[in-house]
Amino acid sequence: MENTIIASSQNWYIVLSLLLFCIGVMGVLFRRNAIVILMCVELMLNSVNLLLVTFSSFNESNDGQVFVFFIMVVAAAEVAVGLALLMSVYRNIASTDINVLSKLKH
Amino acid sequence: MNFYLFLILSALTLLSALVVVFSRNPMYSVLSLIVCFFTIAAHYIMLKAQFLAIVHLIVYAGAIMVLFLFVVMLLNLNKQNEVHKTNMVKVAAVITGGLLFLVLIASVRTTELSAFTLPTNNEIGYVQQVGQKLFNEFLLPFEISSVLFLSAMIGSVVLSKK
Repeated sequence: MENTIIASSQNWYIVLSLLLFCIGVMGVLFRRNAIVILMCVELMLNSVNLLLVTFSSFNESNDGQVFVFFIMVVAAAEVAVGLALLMSVYRNIASTDINVLSKLKH
Repeated sequence: MNFYLFLILSALTLLSALVVVFSRNPMYSVLSLIVCFFTIAAHYIMLKAQFLAIVHLIVYAGAIMVLFLFVVMLLNLNKQNEVHKTNMVKVAAVITGGLLFLVLIASVRTTELSAFTLPTNNEIGYVQQVGQKLFNEFLLPFEISSVLFLSAMIGSVVLSKK
């Protein structure tokens, strides 16, 4: 019994990261606050990180962990630039609601 | 492997992720995202990626989430004034997320995963092993990522100076 759980534990990690990714997609689709949308993007990046660590750990090699480092670098850069953009948006329209940002439509 | 520990940690992770998505107050979203990152770090430790867990805590909970908290407080968004989208959009978003999950699960189920056992080698996640891999095989990407960081720094300063 214990052995079957161990043998299939990789599948559990895959299901967990798929669930996290889908929760992030759901948040991006139905939130209107741009800051919360950025946080949901972070959630999706983290689910991918978890999957990479799972596979690298089950292959007994740390190549995947190095990839996770680079994903973290990209996430940090993205958050810094995204929040700076949000600050200048807020300075112009005094709101972070993405429905107000529809000037390009007209 | 402690399967029950895994279950408890996963439940905490999913619960805090759901609070991030569904709470009306952005402040609660930020705080529960911090909880989510802590549980993910615990998952990393269980997967024998010890150094990565610490880096994850420092970078995400220490730097990125402080940035988020700072912006939420600076913009004075910590009140419940966000108007949610209409119910139809909400239902459509939930259905879309569920369908995406179904597709992904179906594709995972059809793949033939060979039965792995948990890693017996404790040391693949230590600083020495990861650092040697990073500075031998992945030296060029490491240097390029410093350029990426520099451009992100300059970009955020320029954007917020205007």
